[in-house]
Amino acid sequence: MTVKKTACASALLLGATLALGVSSLASAEMKDDSIMTKFMLDRFEVRHQDGDDLLSWEAQINARTDYQGMAFKTSGERLNNGPAESAEHQLLYQRLVSDFFDAQFGIRYDNQPGPSRTYAVAGLQGLAPYWFEVDANLFLSDEGDASARIEAEYDLLLTQKLVLQPSAEITVAFSDDEEIGVGSGLSSAEVGIRLRYELSRKFVPYVGINWEKSFGDTADFARAEGEDTEVGSLVIGVSAWF
Amino acid sequence: MRFRMMQGLILAIASLAPIGAMAGTYDLVIDEQIVNITGKDKKAMTINGQLPGPTLRFKEGEDVTINVTNRLDVDSSIHWHGILLPYQMDGVPGISFDGIKPGETFSYQFPIKQSGTYWYHSHSGFQEQEGVFGSIVIEAEKREPFKVDREYVVMLSDWSDETGDQIFANLKAQSDYYNYSQQTAGDFFDDVKTKGWSAAFKDRLSWGSMRMMPTDIADVSGYTFLMNGKAPETNWTALFEKGERIRLRFINGSAMSYFDVRIPGLEMTVVQSDGNNVQPVTVDEFRIAVAETYDVIVRPREDKAFTIFAESVSRTGYARGTLAPREGMAAEVPEQRDSQLLTMSDMSMASMGGMDHSSMAGMENMKGMDHSKMAGMEGMAGMEAMDHSKMMMGASSANSDYAPGSGLAPEAANGGKFLVYADLKAQTPFADYREPDREIELRLTGNMERYFWSINGIKYSDAEPVRLKMGERVRIKFVNDTMMMHPMHLHGMWMQLDKGNGRFNPLKHTVNVAPNTTLTVDVPVDALGQWAFHCHLMYHMAAGMFRKVIVEEAVVQTAAQ
Ligand SMILES: [Cu+2]
Repeated sequence: MTVKKTACASALLLGATLALGVSSLASAEMKDDSIMTKFMLDRFEVRHQDGDDLLSWEAQINARTDYQGMAFKTSGERLNNGPAESAEHQLLYQRLVSDFFDAQFGIRYDNQPGPSRTYAVAGLQGLAPYWFEVDANLFLSDEGDASARIEAEYDLLLTQKLVLQPSAEITVAFSDDEEIGVGSGLSSAEVGIRLRYELSRKFVPYVGINWEKSFGDTADFARAEGEDTEVGSLVIGVSAWF
Repeated sequence: MRFRMMQGLILAIASLAPIGAMAGTYDLVIDEQIVNITGKDKKAMTINGQLPGPTLRFKEGEDVTINVTNRLDVDSSIHWHGILLPYQMDGVPGISFDGIKPGETFSYQFPIKQSGTYWYHSHSGFQEQEGVFGSIVIEAEKREPFKVDREYVVMLSDWSDETGDQIFANLKAQSDYYNYSQQTAGDFFDDVKTKGWSAAFKDRLSWGSMRMMPTDIADVSGYTFLMNGKAPETNWTALFEKGERIRLRFINGSAMSYFDVRIPGLEMTVVQSDGNNVQPVTVDEFRIAVAETYDVIVRPREDKAFTIFAESVSRTGYARGTLAPREGMAAEVPEQRDSQLLTMSDMSMASMGGMDHSSMAGMENMKGMDHSKMAGMEGMAGMEAMDHSKMMMGASSANSDYAPGSGLAPEAANGGKFLVYADLKAQTPFADYREPDREIELRLTGNMERYFWSINGIKYSDAEPVRLKMGERVRIKFVNDTMMMHPMHLHGMWMQLDKGNGRFNPLKHTVNVAPNTTLTVDVPVDALGQWAFHCHLMYHMAAGMFRKVIVEEAVVQTAAQ
């Protein structure tokens, strides 16, 4: 189902980009303003934790010129062979705003058990000084609740092919949305460290550990639902792009 | 297919001999065939079944007709690099003509008005990278100012088992895709050992703050470097008899690779660059930028083999051949040198943005130092105390083509003379040498992370053409705001490289602009039409470091109106 959705999204994405009129086939000899597409499977991993194993993914498709285009992001988790536990999809317009960063605007749709939410998204994605890959976003839900999330990761090269990759993600909510279990304040944090081996630039298996914790009201809501507020897991997975 | 190729070959050989004395017809057929250069069968593009294509030998004063047939299933073209000709014959699709469609033949016709060493290559897609290039030798009408007993073309190129489209897509998707000499944790601890914690850490911080890498010298790796189409192990060999004067016509037909060229045991006397004679200058080594040519004369006085060693500036490999009295001989092949590292000096203020210059590691030792004084101290490098500053300052000397302190400045492997641009003095003074009528500044710019390249911050697809007036003399000031070298090539007209030799400033078709330097050339505008003007690194050109130049008739002012 996810696959079908992704294919759908990429078709939509290309269509949207072409509709932007950024393509110019007039100078076919020069490729300096052509549309490039890139599919990045940042993480596709099994999270082994107490209880059930989870399948977790995070992917992005870009269809863009150097300066602008569309992005589709999808991430989520599902129980092994089970239903999706949570899934998040974003369709964004992106525009280069500095040498290293794109500004992104669009919508996010969360698909999860219980009530779903749609959000307006504004964010920045790119490479920060000192080589941190950063994705920072503000969300405003259809219920009027605002939240922010920042993700960062860093590649520490042990050799040219063996890379230690620490990562962190922090979510802050500016108001309560009890229905979906989010409380205002620092709501959740996730840190991980993955040891990656580049079989090629485009195909990278890895192992690592990941730790998630919810805080404050969000943690209280979770406890009330009988969920864990802190989960550690061993991960094994692969990242790839083409 | 094979039959057709043979036929083409015979045809080509027959037609390579000019029929009339001053009118020659030549046939080139561009086709695809399987080659095996690295041990893997791979589809290549060939000319008359060869890679590189055949050497075209013209005579100055000859009227040539060159029929180019395209047997590929995509458009093709041939551009005559460095040749002065009517612009419609220049072979750049979209600027000089529409290109050559599959199955079609285009007849190029133009008079040969010059002599020397040149080359030709496809100007379509990435075909040059895949084999569509060859050399041109034009015999001079008058006697040349030097005598040689034999001569050889030495065509250098870089071969990849990947297609140009794949390489370009990889660079666009991940600009450091081909950089396998990135700094690792181990390198950091090595640095700590030699420099101490604080310096090593500061160094990492200063590069990290700019998101740049000191090892970012060449964009593409994985090349096999070829000499006249032969891999190093195949050992292309040129024969001589001892005592002979041999002219080697070096051409860099690479897509992306610069070379440092030397022949251990022999001095080389440079007599020509980009087809134009220069006052002879004897060197131990020279750097050849992509698309440049250098003619050197060597005179082996011993009955033994010598290695022609063209080490890629990225130090990821070399092209190699042998000068030998007999077939089957070989001389020692030198060890490759360690790769060069960029320094903070290779970074222009523009590329650093708002960086605090004084706080940068590597610059600290230079604070308050006079660069010109430093340059003069090179000769004292043997002194213990100087070692450190020499490392910091690189090897650039007073007339270096690199920024003071650059990590890219070359040194001769034997400690001897390395050619610099200021050594190139025209054999005869330029008749119309004068102050330029105006100056155009072209900043070489780009986004290294996203891999797009531009001039004055504008890519080709967004840029207005550069307009020049027939008869004017325009000074072009290149300012390199990037951390890479760019071989800038102007079609149809000469650039007179200004290294302070006045009317002896040499005429060139391609000039290397080093990082964080300014280079000026004067263009005597003498050819009407539309011309291409671009960086000759193939993927920089494709990514936008390109301009169309339009030369218009100067408006004649009449008193009647
Ligand atoms: Cu360039």
